[in-house]
Amino acid sequence: MGEFFHMGGYAFYVWLSYGVAAVVLIANVFIPLVRDRQVKRELAMKMVRDNELNQESIS
Amino acid sequence: MWTWLHKLGSPKIFYNLANRLIPWFGWGALLLMLYGLYGGLVQAPADYQQGDSFRIMYIHVPAAWMSLFIYMVIAFCSAVYLIWKITLADIIARASAPIGASFTFLALVTGSLWGKPMWGTYWIWDARLTSELLLLFIYLGYMGLGSAIEDRRVAARACALLAIVCVVIIPIIHYSVTWWNTLHQGSSVSVMNQSSIDKSMLVPLLVMAFAFKFYYVAVVLVRARTDLLFQERKTNWVRKVLVNG
Amino acid sequence: MHPVRKRRLILVSLLIVGVSIAVGLMLMALGENLNVFYTPTQVHAGEVPSGHTFRVGGIVEEGSVVHDPDSLAVTFIVTDTANTTTIKYDGILPDLFREGQGILAEGKLDENGIFIATRVLAKHDEKYMPPEVDDALKAAQDIGAYKRNQ
Repeated sequence: MGEFFHMGGYAFYVWLSYGVAAVVLIANVFIPLVRDRQVKRELAMKMVRDNELNQESIS
Repeated sequence: MWTWLHKLGSPKIFYNLANRLIPWFGWGALLLMLYGLYGGLVQAPADYQQGDSFRIMYIHVPAAWMSLFIYMVIAFCSAVYLIWKITLADIIARASAPIGASFTFLALVTGSLWGKPMWGTYWIWDARLTSELLLLFIYLGYMGLGSAIEDRRVAARACALLAIVCVVIIPIIHYSVTWWNTLHQGSSVSVMNQSSIDKSMLVPLLVMAFAFKFYYVAVVLVRARTDLLFQERKTNWVRKVLVNG
Repeated sequence: MHPVRKRRLILVSLLIVGVSIAVGLMLMALGENLNVFYTPTQVHAGEVPSGHTFRVGGIVEEGSVVHDPDSLAVTFIVTDTANTTTIKYDGILPDLFREGQGILAEGKLDENGIFIATRVLAKHDEKYMPPEVDDALKAAQDIGAYKRNQ
């Protein structure tokens, strides 16, 4: 097990590479998902406001 | 076939298709990545020359391949947009750029971390490394240009033109190790000839390459889906989506 | 095809071709400057910048590495099979440095035509294989050479 982490002496380079990869790949999944929720929420709120304005101008 | 393609350009149909595809490609990417990482980190034997440091290859090489592949997708979508003015082409191109830039960055960083123990330096201005860095700047320029222009249609056209003008960087990157003397070595994997990499080491590499492709499809569809929803926000089908979800 | 679209297609194609030609010409003009190292043949022919630091690349010749017993100083010869350059270096050599390996040395030529290196980098080729395969290949080569010498 120790040998696996030791990576033949190259542990720093190998694990830092995989670490950076993990950060980049995870960020590229989370950021768009968060934005998707944000945009849907904003558009939904705007739709509600538009409906209220329409109701006001009718009544 | 053209009717089918035309239907695909329809925002509502694309949106629904994206929703169905994303889970398959997303989970598929994860499974492939786990399998590839197990193969690359555990199963594959250490290299006769580079020892265990070569395992960086399982991130570095697929990331580099993706940096080129995604740019080709952007260039293709840009041409389609300029010629047929299909908005979806612009949406996909712009959604792809941050992912392509991320893979380019990853290729450069992992390459640097691999270069230090093997070559003895984190960086050298040879043709391969320099042209890949240039690709990163092109991606960033493309993204910056798109954000800087307010009018969506003008931005789309400017970005499409930029992408097409800069597509010449792709063959330069690919052939840099053949055309010039470089520190970076030549290609190990070839479609047409014998690959100079042992099979036990090659298989996880190809699995990771597939994993990254699946990953790209899933992520670009998530981004494109959101952008599409925003662009079509005034239509009825979007209103229905917002009410239901 | 729709005439407007056909025109756009032609324009886009012309754009790509035009830029490719422009960039191609630029790269050809830059020529040698894009090479990150000179070969021993080029050093031999005097094609290298004088007085400036530059890089020499080649393969370390078998049996040419001489280590100074009291310091890190080392002398070795690089070859590109046509010509050779002698290199002197005082410092830590990269992990991959050995006879038969490709290297890049950064430094200057002295008056005697010996290259005094300030930095040595190792090049490696595009082959990847486990040690057993490498051993097997070497054994096969030895047998081949033995047979040829008979």
